[in-house]
Amino acid sequence: MKRATQENPVVKWLLIGVVLVFVLFFLIFPVFVVLYEALRLGVAAYVGALGSPLSISAVELTLLVALLVVPLNTLFGVCAAWAITHFQFRGKALLISLIEIPLWVSPVIGGLVFALLFGRQGLLGPWLDAHNIEIMFAYPGMVLATAFVTFPMVARGLIPLMQQQGHAEEEAALTLGANGWQLFWRVSFPKIKWGILYGMILCNARAMGEFGAVSVVAGSVDNRLTIPLQIEHYFLDFDLQKAFALASALLLLAAITLVLKLVLESRRLAPNLVRPH
Amino acid sequence: MNALVELPHPTLVPAETTPLRKLPRPRRRRILPGFPLTLGFAIFYLSAIVLIPLGALLLKCITPTEDYPSVPAVVQHVWEAATSARAFASYRLSFGLSFAAAAINGVFGFIAAWALVRYQFPGRKFIDALVDLPFAMPTSVAGLALTQIFAANGGSIGQWLNHAFGWRIAYTPWGILVALTFIGFPFVVRTVQPVVSSLAVEVEEAAACLGANRWQTFLRVILPAARPAMLTGVMLAFGRGVGEYGSIVFIGGMQPFRNEITPMLIINKLEEYDYVGAAAIGVAMLILSFAIVVAVNLIQALAQRRSSK
Repeated sequence: MKRATQENPVVKWLLIGVVLVFVLFFLIFPVFVVLYEALRLGVAAYVGALGSPLSISAVELTLLVALLVVPLNTLFGVCAAWAITHFQFRGKALLISLIEIPLWVSPVIGGLVFALLFGRQGLLGPWLDAHNIEIMFAYPGMVLATAFVTFPMVARGLIPLMQQQGHAEEEAALTLGANGWQLFWRVSFPKIKWGILYGMILCNARAMGEFGAVSVVAGSVDNRLTIPLQIEHYFLDFDLQKAFALASALLLLAAITLVLKLVLESRRLAPNLVRPH
Repeated sequence: MNALVELPHPTLVPAETTPLRKLPRPRRRRILPGFPLTLGFAIFYLSAIVLIPLGALLLKCITPTEDYPSVPAVVQHVWEAATSARAFASYRLSFGLSFAAAAINGVFGFIAAWALVRYQFPGRKFIDALVDLPFAMPTSVAGLALTQIFAANGGSIGQWLNHAFGWRIAYTPWGILVALTFIGFPFVVRTVQPVVSSLAVEVEEAAACLGANRWQTFLRVILPAARPAMLTGVMLAFGRGVGEYGSIVFIGGMQPFRNEITPMLIINKLEEYDYVGAAAIGVAMLILSFAIVVAVNLIQALAQRRSSK
C-alpha cells in the first residue's frame, strides 16, 4: 500500500528511469567507449599502442610530476591545517579563502600565470634566458602548473577533519612531556593519517589527469608531454588506437581513485565533501 | 513593530560597557608547538605557487613591452583585448553554456539525489558510487570518449543523430554543452543528497495530514528545504564549467565567434604571442569567476540566516 509520504509507483519508477538513462548515457557509455575503442583491434594492438615510446615517456613524465607535486601539496596541507585548526591568529579567514583560489580559477589561468612569469615574453623570461634556466616547456613548469591546480586538495579535507577532532589529546601529550615531533608523530598523525591519504588520492588523480594548466606550459615538444597531452596529440594525428589505449590507463587511475575514495568514505575516516576540482 | 520591542531600552544599557572595549586584550598563549613553522611554510608555499604568479598576471597588464612601450599603451591594449567583440563572443559562449549545463544538472542532479536517497532499486549503490566519476576521470579522457560518441563519423549516437535528424553535436556548441553537463553532474547530486536524507519524514507527514497531495508537498515543503543546496550545487557546476578546457579541446572546435570558449581564446592569444592580450582576458575571467564565488557565498549566508531563524 502506498503511504501518504510516498510517490505514486509510476512516478517513482519514472524518476528512477530518468536517472538510469542519464547515468547510462553520460557516465557508463563514455567508459564503455574508451575500453571498446582501446581493445577493438585486439589485445596485441592494445599492448603495442600502450608500449609505444611516446606513450611510455608520457607515463614516465606524468609519474615524475605527480611524485613531486603530491608530497609538496601534502606537506602544505598538513602545515596549513595545523596552523589554522590549532591556533588563533589575525587573517585566518583570509588565509582559508586564499587557499581555495585555485579551485575557482580556470586551469588555463593556472598555466597562464607561469607563462607570464617564465615565458620568453614573460616578466622573468629575459633573465632566465640569459642564465640558461629552462622552466617553460620543461619539467619545472609542469610541476608548478600542476601544483597550482591541485594546491588546496589536501588542505581542504584536513581542515574540517582536524577542526572536528579538536586538540585535547595534543594538550594532554604536552602535559605528559612530549616534544613537538613526538606530539605530531605519536598523537596527531595517527588521528589524521587517513584524512591525509584521502587528500593525497584526490590530489594525485587531479595531478595525473590535469590538462588545461599543463597544456599552457608544456608547449608541443614530443617526449615532453604528460599523458593527457599525449592523448590530445594522438587524437589530432588521427591515431585513435593509441589515444584510447593511453586513455584507458587514465581510466584505470580513475577507477582506483573512486574505489579508494569509497573505501575511505565508507569507514567515515574522511569527510565526504563536495570538491570543485 | 516587532523590531521596536526587541531593542533594549536606552537606560537599560549599562554605560560602562563601552570603555571596557578599550582595555588591552589579554594575550593568548599558544600552547601547542609548531605555530611559526607551519604557518610560515604555509604562507611561503601559498605565495610561491598561487599569490605571486597571480600577481604576475596583474602586473603583466600594466608592464610596458616592446610592442606597447608605455603604461597607457599597455592598459589600452588590455582594455581592447578584454572588451573586443571576439572576447565578448567567448564570454557569452562560456558563461551561457555553463549556465545551461548547470541548469540541466540542477534538474537531473536533484532527481538523481532524490532517487538515490529515497528509492530502493537494483544498482542503486553502484550508481551512487558512479556519480563521482566526473570528479575522478581526467577531463581529457571524458572529452575523447564524448567526441567519439557524438562525432558525426564516430559510429554511434552522433552518427545516428546526424543520419536521422541532420544534427551535429561534436565540434558545435552542442558538443560543449554535452561536455559541460558531464563535468558538472556530481556537484548538484552531492550537495542535494545530504539535505534530502536529513529531511524529516514527519514534516512530509504533517503536510499530508493537512491535506496536501504529493506534488503540493514537493513544491511547498521539499523544494524550499532543498533549494539552497541545489543553488550551491548549480553555482559550483557553473563555476567549474566556465573554466573547463580539457574536454572542450576534443569536442568543442575552435572557430572564433562560433565555438571558441574563453579558456581557448586565452590559449589562442598565447599561441599568437599576444601575452598581454592573454593576460587581459585572464584577468577578465578572474573578475567574473570571483563574482560567482561571492554570489555562492552570499547564497549560503542567506540560506544559513534563514534556517537559523
